[in-house]
Amino acid sequence: MKKRFLTYALLWACATVFAQDYFPKNDGVKAKNNNYTAFTNAKIFITPSNVIENGTLLIQNGKVVQVGATVSIPKNSVVEDLQGKSIYPSFIDVFSGFGVKMPEKAKSTGRSAQYDAEREGFYWNDHIMPENMAIAKFDYDEKKAKELRKLGFGVVNSHIQDGIARGSGVLVALNDEGDASQRILDDKSAQYFSFKKSIAKRQSYPTSLMGATSLMRQLHHDMNWYAQGKVETKDRSLEALIANKGLKQIFAAGDNGNVLRADKIGDQFGVQYTILAGGDEYEHIEDIKKTNATLIVPINFPKAYDVSNPYQAAYVTLKDMRHWNLAPTNPKVLEQSNINFSLTLHGLKSSSDFKSKLMKAISHGLSKSKALEALTTIPAAILGKSNEIGSLQPGRQANFLITSGDLFEKGTILYENWVQGVRSTINDRNQKDIRGDYSLALGGKTYQISISGEPNKPKASVKQDTLKLVSKFSFKSNWLNLAFTDSKGDSYRLVSLVDAQSNNLKGKLIMPNGNESSFTATKTDSIDQKSPVKATSPLSKALPLTFPNVGFGYASKPRQEDILFKNATVWTGETILENTDVLIKDGKVSKVGKDLNPGRAKVIDATGKHLTAGVIDEHSHIAGLSINEAGHNSTAEVRMTDVVDAKDIDIYRNLAGGVTTIQLLHGSANPIGGQSAIIRLKWGESADGLIFPDMPKFIKFALGENVKQSNWQSFSRFPQTRMGVEQIFVDYFQRAKEYDAKKKSGQAVRYDEEMEVLAEILNGERFISCHSYVQSEINMLMKVAEKFDFKVNTFTHILEGYKVADKMAAHGVGGSTFSDWWAYKYEVNDAIPYNAAIMASQGVTVAINSDDAEMSRRLNQEAAKTVKYGGMSEIEAWKTVTLNPAKLLHIDDRVGSVEVGKDADLVLWNNHPLSVYAKAEKTLIEGAVYFDLEKDKMLQAAVKKERSQLINMMLNEKENGAKTQGPKQNKKPKFHCDSL
Amino acid sequence: MKTIFNIISTTVFLISTLGFAQQTPAGAQTEAVTIQGATAHIGDGTLRENCTLVFENGKITTLGGPEVTAKGQVIDASGKHIYPGFIAPGKSLGLIEVNAVRASNDQDEIGNLIPHIRSIIAYNAESKVVESMRPNGVLLGQITPKGGRISGTSTIVQFDAWNWEDAAVKMDDGIHLNWPTTFRRGRWWLGEPRGFLPNKDYDKQKLEVVTFMQNAKAYGQSGTAEINLPFAAMQGVFDGSQHLYVYAHGEKEIIDAISQIKKMGVANVVLVGGYHAHKVIDFLKENDVPVLVNFTHSLPNFDDDDYDFTYKLPKILVDAGLLVGLQNASASNFQTRNLPFYAGQVVAQGLEKEKALQLITGNTAKILGIEANYGTLEVGKSATLFISEGDALDMRTNQLSRAFIDGRDISLETHQTELWKRYMGKFEGK
Repeated sequence: MKKRFLTYALLWACATVFAQDYFPKNDGVKAKNNNYTAFTNAKIFITPSNVIENGTLLIQNGKVVQVGATVSIPKNSVVEDLQGKSIYPSFIDVFSGFGVKMPEKAKSTGRSAQYDAEREGFYWNDHIMPENMAIAKFDYDEKKAKELRKLGFGVVNSHIQDGIARGSGVLVALNDEGDASQRILDDKSAQYFSFKKSIAKRQSYPTSLMGATSLMRQLHHDMNWYAQGKVETKDRSLEALIANKGLKQIFAAGDNGNVLRADKIGDQFGVQYTILAGGDEYEHIEDIKKTNATLIVPINFPKAYDVSNPYQAAYVTLKDMRHWNLAPTNPKVLEQSNINFSLTLHGLKSSSDFKSKLMKAISHGLSKSKALEALTTIPAAILGKSNEIGSLQPGRQANFLITSGDLFEKGTILYENWVQGVRSTINDRNQKDIRGDYSLALGGKTYQISISGEPNKPKASVKQDTLKLVSKFSFKSNWLNLAFTDSKGDSYRLVSLVDAQSNNLKGKLIMPNGNESSFTATKTDSIDQKSPVKATSPLSKALPLTFPNVGFGYASKPRQEDILFKNATVWTGETILENTDVLIKDGKVSKVGKDLNPGRAKVIDATGKHLTAGVIDEHSHIAGLSINEAGHNSTAEVRMTDVVDAKDIDIYRNLAGGVTTIQLLHGSANPIGGQSAIIRLKWGESADGLIFPDMPKFIKFALGENVKQSNWQSFSRFPQTRMGVEQIFVDYFQRAKEYDAKKKSGQAVRYDEEMEVLAEILNGERFISCHSYVQSEINMLMKVAEKFDFKVNTFTHILEGYKVADKMAAHGVGGSTFSDWWAYKYEVNDAIPYNAAIMASQGVTVAINSDDAEMSRRLNQEAAKTVKYGGMSEIEAWKTVTLNPAKLLHIDDRVGSVEVGKDADLVLWNNHPLSVYAKAEKTLIEGAVYFDLEKDKMLQAAVKKERSQLINMMLNEKENGAKTQGPKQNKKPKFHCDSL
Repeated sequence: MKTIFNIISTTVFLISTLGFAQQTPAGAQTEAVTIQGATAHIGDGTLRENCTLVFENGKITTLGGPEVTAKGQVIDASGKHIYPGFIAPGKSLGLIEVNAVRASNDQDEIGNLIPHIRSIIAYNAESKVVESMRPNGVLLGQITPKGGRISGTSTIVQFDAWNWEDAAVKMDDGIHLNWPTTFRRGRWWLGEPRGFLPNKDYDKQKLEVVTFMQNAKAYGQSGTAEINLPFAAMQGVFDGSQHLYVYAHGEKEIIDAISQIKKMGVANVVLVGGYHAHKVIDFLKENDVPVLVNFTHSLPNFDDDDYDFTYKLPKILVDAGLLVGLQNASASNFQTRNLPFYAGQVVAQGLEKEKALQLITGNTAKILGIEANYGTLEVGKSATLFISEGDALDMRTNQLSRAFIDGRDISLETHQTELWKRYMGKFEGK
């Protein structure tokens, strides 16, 4: 690498006037230019808030020497008069890939996944590459630099945009004339992270967002451990990470949820990341604000969808249409919320869209001064380089733009972009605006020349009376060339260096016969300075946000109400009470009885209706952004709470089926899965708002075909048999036991997220919900648990539980099963719908669960099947989806039955709740109505109407010439246990 | 000696754990059966209280009130309910036993336009999944090949048979065509979004089907001696002896499919799926096309759809005057025992119970073309029926005590009930 550096240095040394002082010179004499350049009479934005009219900017050797209204100009100055023009600091992009080649995508070998790292001497995970330095891969890209300067950028911070820990960036001035010694402002500028794996590496872990989150946490623990000198071997990744600690830390998050996720990691380890946002922060602006993070915000506002075909329009979700509608307001919302942010080109498909998107943000309310800050002072501050770049105060780099006027107005011309005192001409600022109508008299005839278009790029047409002639025109650096052929077929050629002082055009004329003479075209009319009237669509109206911001979201978050349900059939938990009233107050069940006094509570007549506790699903995979971390055979470190998706429409659909609480479980890709999230389906709350208060700690385990990877092509990961599954547990629990003992004895341990979690199980602080099928493995896990002196809390699925129900009862484990699923795998051959009834008969606490977004919304019906198959009593059947799962989840002190003092998580049914004919009319959580059948009718109409409204707005935008994108449906897959 | 002992004990073990493959099929009806006092749900939208039903030699011979004289074996069904056997269209029951076990999978042959592929010869009459249909009242099914554009030819069977010949009640009844879709799933592994994208090949794929059918038709008219199996297999849909089942969901797909197929003179077209059928009701009526609509226990296809859309779609179509049946063709076969509850779900949306029942009995029989014998409780029709303790459309009360197929008194035991009894026996010390 050094070698290449040197070559470059040598190459450039020959060409440039900037050659370093102490370098020998063999191609001439040393000639130093210490002259000044003074830009006078300009409006100068020294900083976005410090603007002077009619000022002078004095630069020397690539730096600002002085700036102000009165600047004494040294004699050895070249003076540039910028009368009527403006000077701005040029832009900085903190998140760039300039000059750094992306690594090549690893080729899939088509064989089993790769579980181990392929590097040696580095971190155990190949996606952690803090040792990477962008400078080592950096190659100055003149073509791209020119493109960026054209957009107004002077400095970019570039990094290798690959991997989870990506290493350090390089800060580059876009100065074509300088060499690396000038251009590279910092060869180790900021350290970058992301949630995305390296495309160049095949190591499987992490396969999920929650895995990436856990990996970031473990990485910090490992770094600290290594920094204490506790590791005997050498880890160049951790060493680099330690060395990079002093750098600015930037996290490429990518959407509002990930911004919060990244910030949370930072909070845990005392790092305030600057965070690359997603452009959808407007949805959760309060939470975003609380992060206190400075954001790097893309302006890749989506194009309107092409919805001209109504059949195709059906595929575009309201959510995506709303984002189209609201994304351009994102910068404004950030500004109004006083959130510090810079803007970036990142995310734009074509960088040439930059100006139009920026203008769009401004037309949607972003102030011009904030826009300028977001492109100059703030990115400089993010990089800790405010003393060098981002403004035009003395001592800063002479990186600035010369424009014809307000930078953020349409039609303003960017003339020059100076970087480190070196001029790049974008448009010739001395070029005259020659637009207008001219009259040209030649050989007794009069021709009309009409010059129009952009002032810096005019076009011309020539007419003889009313006849339009064939003509060719160019105008550059004030040289005009015009050739035309008149009605008789005679061709004339005109050449002119336009005189700045005269209104007329004068120059040389070449006659059809080759004779040369001169011509004068007299200006008859100036161009109308107003821009041509163009039909512009009225600005699309920004529609209001809902909670959550998708179809069927509420205008405001549901609130607790005091309600008296009169005269209902109440399923309390253990009994069914006819003609009974239930009063709820402050989110709790306050009274259950006859003829209760409503007080100030709202009265709901529940005559002929059934009031029950909300349904609880012990095994669900809705409301998750990912389900399996399949990269290791044990992933106890990952947390479903890291990936809760509060916007999943299945939350609403579950509420409509009377479901109020679910256990969002990790999948069954590995024997030791991840930690559960027990959530309440509070539609409209943020992800954190869904988490059950004082959430009991659970973890998913799994047995059988999924963890053996029996049903797909994978043969390299241990275990491949049930025999191996046992050994995984024995191994991990033994290690956890030793870890815990060591820790408890006061010895220092490497903080291991996985061992911490497993130790919690051993200490009775965390409970296992284990995916299980056949009796042998069920028995096995109970024996392993007994060996390590703890109890398995729940077997979930547990399809052969009925064969060992006595053993389960003796162990004290509960069973959460499907009502009637079977025949989909070999291991469910003996799954029978009588399972629940048999287990219950032996004293096992039995729940019916879903593992399926469709079934979960009719769990009441699934519970009814326990009556059909095996003859459970109706009250016992009902408990399988309320009180029993509440018990299994250790939340029965708050939910699961209608009892005074418990939370008012209730459902009002229009029919017997175990009947297929029952519909949930109201679903309440903590006394707030989260689903209401009547309100749903209104929402159905509102969704239809809003879709139509947005479709019309998009059609409008298309008709007005805006570019569109094809219709498409962005849809999250529906998850099951084995979803990867 | 030891080896032989091992083999024997292994065999015994296998038999005892796996059980016999299926309940022994019932013998032909020899004696008349009279069911008295039941509420008879006819399957044509009507109901008869305190009904006496007599069947002999496999056929219903009398349907009347308490005045009817009992004959042969008498079953007192006071307070109970009689239903015609439920019919499950579009299933691959008996073609696949365990989804994840490839060796047990015979439902999807390679090839794209393969009408000559016949389900019936692969139908496993002794499937444990098939027998599990019966305790819930599902007694008949249309055994259907899966996959490809034209998947093959189905046969309608009854669920209590020694072999596939015994099982068939309407051999080679129809051909199944998966109409191309205007949208397709994004190939996310190639960087496309995970949701749906416009299918750029739709017109091409449509033309491919139309061309194939035109050629099949031309072939039929030519009387050529050289046999083309796929073309030959299509002749039944042109001469009206077979139905053509067209699987389509979107408005455009439905309109395209029905117009093209009708143009080619196919008399019996059935729309299967029809997610957006409610948007083209007039069109379907004009073309006299019945709909086998998707089962209600499925999620809406679009996030912005009403939460209860799939629940209420059958009712919308029924209310509009279309001939409608329910199918769960896309679900796992074991789910088909829940067929009655799919119909029950529509009742919750306001459809009358007897009309909901038609969705899985009388209407389905008409749509499949077996109404002469099955689907309703009528004199002269097959005695394929069952007695339930309560309302059979509700899981809360669906409890079968007796069931008959063509008058044969079939077993309601299954592999599953046997395991239930065995383990309850173990725990209860029996």
